[in-house]
Amino acid sequence: MIKFADRRELLLSITLVVGVAIASLISWEIVVWHFELPKALLPTPRQCFSAGVENREILFKGIISTGIASIAGLAVSVALGSLLAMLFSQSRKLRLALFPYMILLQTVPVVAVAPLLIIWSGYTFRTVVMVTVIVCLFPIVNGVTTGLLSMDRDVRDLFRLYKVGRLRTLRSLQLPSAVGHLVLSTKTSAALAVIGAIVAEFFVGNGTAYDGLGTLMTGWQALAKTDALIAALFCSALLGLALFGMVQLIAATILRRWVQP
Amino acid sequence: MIPLQKNGASITCTELTVRFSGGFEALSDVSLEVPPGEILSLVGPSGCGKTTLLRVLAGLQKPTRGEVKTQPSIEADKGQIAFVFQQPTLLPWRTTLKNVALPLELLCKGGHASQSRREREAIAEQRLRDVGLGHAMNLYPRELSGGMKMRVSIARALVTQPSVLLLDEPFAALDEVLRDQLGEMLLQLWSQQKFTAVMVTHNISEAVLLSHRIAVIQDGQRREVIENLLPWPRDEAIRTSSEFGELYRRVSRALRGSEAG
Repeated sequence: MIKFADRRELLLSITLVVGVAIASLISWEIVVWHFELPKALLPTPRQCFSAGVENREILFKGIISTGIASIAGLAVSVALGSLLAMLFSQSRKLRLALFPYMILLQTVPVVAVAPLLIIWSGYTFRTVVMVTVIVCLFPIVNGVTTGLLSMDRDVRDLFRLYKVGRLRTLRSLQLPSAVGHLVLSTKTSAALAVIGAIVAEFFVGNGTAYDGLGTLMTGWQALAKTDALIAALFCSALLGLALFGMVQLIAATILRRWVQP
Repeated sequence: MIPLQKNGASITCTELTVRFSGGFEALSDVSLEVPPGEILSLVGPSGCGKTTLLRVLAGLQKPTRGEVKTQPSIEADKGQIAFVFQQPTLLPWRTTLKNVALPLELLCKGGHASQSRREREAIAEQRLRDVGLGHAMNLYPRELSGGMKMRVSIARALVTQPSVLLLDEPFAALDEVLRDQLGEMLLQLWSQQKFTAVMVTHNISEAVLLSHRIAVIQDGQRREVIENLLPWPRDEAIRTSSEFGELYRRVSRALRGSEAG
């Protein structure tokens, strides 16, 4: 139930966001009209919208494919990242030995890794998910490890006082303490997941039956269908927002109990 | 009705010395005896070693030299030693009742293992009633006031019916009225359970009202132990007596003397 003050804030927020969008679209339309830009270089918002409506079926299929790949990649990242974070939280030596490799994984450009993964895994959905995992994993590992290790000293002492074992401390104290960090890092990774999936589709989709948004974008770029390309770009942004919203909703449900309303 | 353990343990500290890795000596040859069922207050300027002494008594800090003995021999992992921290340290994802029942859940050894969840919650319920929070069992920490949180923290410490209760400035963060109320509540609980208590405080009035003896600590050393012969039971009225005022001045002089020294 949204309180009155929250509802007013929400309304204000929506009004401002919609206002900025309308102003941007009008400016865009004016720029194209004023400079008489060709459609292949920069179409008007109306032309992009028409292209989107025209290609709605193929775009919808693209959203579904990229969406499933993003969700799958994000889910694997959350599971694998949490598991790695739990290991890291239990041993300082393990953390010192392996954490630099996690950073390395994050710094390697995904466009360089994707062709390599195609060699190993083929032009498959699995490869798209793997690229998404590479993009999403580090924020989860980093966030959850921080959460698992950042317990209040007094609470930790309370568990030490009763000589509670490592596993029990992990289960009863560290994991619940880290939920907030897990949610925050999952939100960060949710936005990255769509980027990861689309970048992978730039490579995986070429010449195959795979029809993600990334595949459509490469195809339309080759055909100079800029209006459809921009329509796909908007779809990917909407997908990112939807994924972020989904994580937000799950988080709000889980965290409702212990976060100040 | 849950039976109460009415036998506090005696504590004997012999030549306790704690030296931290940087070479700083937090405690130097502190010897102290606390008879069973006594309340001892530790007073002294900030950084004088009071909390370190309390942590050594709890087994949270190993002394560099010296030892702590209890008679009869008691162990924290059997719930016989309890600690009340300066902050309530409640777990935000647990209800008040589950926070109070936490030590019973954590003590897998030492006689609490056979308790069912219902039994544990029945004991926790009783403790919450003891501290006047029978109505707040299903509330979460965020829904409690500062004073209520500290009551829950005390109920949690007493849920295992400890022989020794250690309190580290438990009322420091509360206002004067609440501090007095909780002090009186602590005395009531002590009169029922007769645990041995060691309490760190900066408040001379609190030390005089609640303790049998007051130990003045300065620079990691025990400077003076002052007998408190005020009659029991003690209540609000005793604060206005001339004996209370005299003892207050004596402790204050001892503290100023130790600060000057």
